[in-house]
Amino acid sequence: MLFLRVLQEAPPETMDYMILGYAVIFVVMGIYIFSLFSRRRKLLRDLQSLEEME
Amino acid sequence: MKTKPVFLQILTGLSVVLFLVAAYLAIFWAPTEATMGDVQRVFYFHVSVGWVGAIGYLLAVIAGIAYLRTGNSKWDIIGVAGVEVGLVFAFLNIVTGSIWAKPTWNTWWTWDIRLTTATISELVYIAYMMLRQGIEDPERRARIGAIYAIVGFISVPLSFLSIRIWETIHPVVVEAEGMNMTADMKVAFFFSLATFTIIGATLLWHRIRVGQLAEKVEQLKMKLYE
Repeated sequence: MLFLRVLQEAPPETMDYMILGYAVIFVVMGIYIFSLFSRRRKLLRDLQSLEEME
Repeated sequence: MKTKPVFLQILTGLSVVLFLVAAYLAIFWAPTEATMGDVQRVFYFHVSVGWVGAIGYLLAVIAGIAYLRTGNSKWDIIGVAGVEVGLVFAFLNIVTGSIWAKPTWNTWWTWDIRLTTATISELVYIAYMMLRQGIEDPERRARIGAIYAIVGFISVPLSFLSIRIWETIHPVVVEAEGMNMTADMKVAFFFSLATFTIIGATLLWHRIRVGQLAEKVEQLKMKLYE
């Protein structure tokens, strides 16, 4: 009876969803940070070209 | 373009360290919730990213008001940065909520009032970005953007308060009697909230710098091609 009660009280196995949730956060934030970095790099190149033309 | 300010470099480094610590606290340190299991741990970052999303949109309102009062383009740059960062984090809030919902409610999505209003808010600000793309004149773009960001913000407190005004299946963690969390969970939760506030501020600053650079490039192009 105690054994059954312990089984009933164990939390459900939902680790896969937790991993998915955190993976999405890491990936999306990583993509956004990379996009900021890429845009800045491109703008710096454009600025350099324009300053050379000036 | 000036080199990165020292304080921004410090903030960036701090953001990385705090993010890793917050992730450790949320994923490993906080106790496992009895009825939902490990998926409940998504909550720590789910609320935090939602918070940053709302802060980004609020910043756009403040910047919008400042632009309308002063006409200074720096406020437009700040406003766009606020919306962009807000969009990314609000999107994460919706997606992590959906991931949490699947094992808990047995569905990836339901038209619950919180989910619906959060999605409406996200769509409102996606439309803000699209609207700006369609306006060539910088001053007109900034002015319309400012007004739109101010009016669009109505959707944000509406989404936040929705679970208190209408019937919902979305969990209500903060109640009049207190928070439905153990002490250890509160540590992980508030640490995540503080961490993401710093991360949000750091990303906003970086985004504003990109905006300033873009404006400089645009001004130089106009000067050269006049």
